[in-house]
Amino acid sequence: MNELLNNLRPLFSGEVFLLMLVMGSYLLGVYIYKRTKMSFLQPLLISMLLIIPFLKMTGIDYKTFYEQTRILNFMLGPSVVALGYVLYEQIEHVKGNIISILTSVFIGSVVGIVSVMLIAKLFGADKMLISSLAPKSVTTPIAMSLAEKNGGIPALTAAFVVICGIFGGFIGPIVLRLIGVRSKIARGLAMGSASHAIGTVRAIEMGALEGAISGLAIGIMGVMTAFLIPFIEMFF
Amino acid sequence: MIKGSFFILLFYFLGEVISKLLNGFMPGSVIGMVLLFLSLFLKIIKPDYVKSTSIVITNNMAIFFVPAAVGLMAYAGLLSDSLIAIVFAIGISTVLTMISVAFVQERFEKRRTKKEEKQS
Repeated sequence: MNELLNNLRPLFSGEVFLLMLVMGSYLLGVYIYKRTKMSFLQPLLISMLLIIPFLKMTGIDYKTFYEQTRILNFMLGPSVVALGYVLYEQIEHVKGNIISILTSVFIGSVVGIVSVMLIAKLFGADKMLISSLAPKSVTTPIAMSLAEKNGGIPALTAAFVVICGIFGGFIGPIVLRLIGVRSKIARGLAMGSASHAIGTVRAIEMGALEGAISGLAIGIMGVMTAFLIPFIEMFF
Repeated sequence: MIKGSFFILLFYFLGEVISKLLNGFMPGSVIGMVLLFLSLFLKIIKPDYVKSTSIVITNNMAIFFVPAAVGLMAYAGLLSDSLIAIVFAIGISTVLTMISVAFVQERFEKRRTKKEEKQS
């Protein structure tokens, strides 16, 4: 009996089981998210919170898990490229506003990167943590590749991006109301620039135009942040 | 699906090539995204080539983050040590980003409506 169990053991740290674990935990996450409608219960977060204890309990180390689920990680790259199509689809919404949109997202990108790095530094965070925080307002796959390129830790960045999205999605509509922003384009841009896809979900709730513009802002913010971080990092 | 995958990988690859030539200044995937967008915008390739594949991939994007996000388990100590710095930095910065973007965009729009009023 024990021998049988020992023979089965490698199966549980293999590709098939671990990929199934990711899919299964994620599906469960989607289910919980849809049932509860609570924006902080992102499927990604739930999946993470299920997998981490499982790996700890079974003693499967992260390196093994990462190698066996490599194919999912690989897909991050193509999914960023595919955003180019999404951007193209939304471009018709912005005719006549291109310059103002590019300017406001550019300024938002500078403010976002500089402020997060500066505040973290004031609190005595080290270089690696600061670099992991810098791309926090950008959609996860872009943020993670930026962290990797600039000396941060992609896993930390992934967590920060989710925190930033959840917080911004929650606080965004309140802040925009408090400062009295009425323009639909401005509201959509603010949500997407500060809180990427999670902010966009809230922007869609505000209206279709806000949602589309917010989606557009994710892409522009991604490109601008990728461009700006190497320059801003020089000052830190 | 295969056509879409081919074109997405093609733009990804071109992005990687340019990224290497720029000494890794920007991730290849981001450059690939810009190239795909420009090719569609300038009508170099047809939207139909990449439409269905792009939609499938981007609609389910979050699952691709799971392997990297689970990597957080290795950094639990670091996270709890710097929790206050992280929470303040992200919270304040997110609100500042939001306000600056909305403010600048609204300024532009107001200036334009004023101009239009003057003209009429």
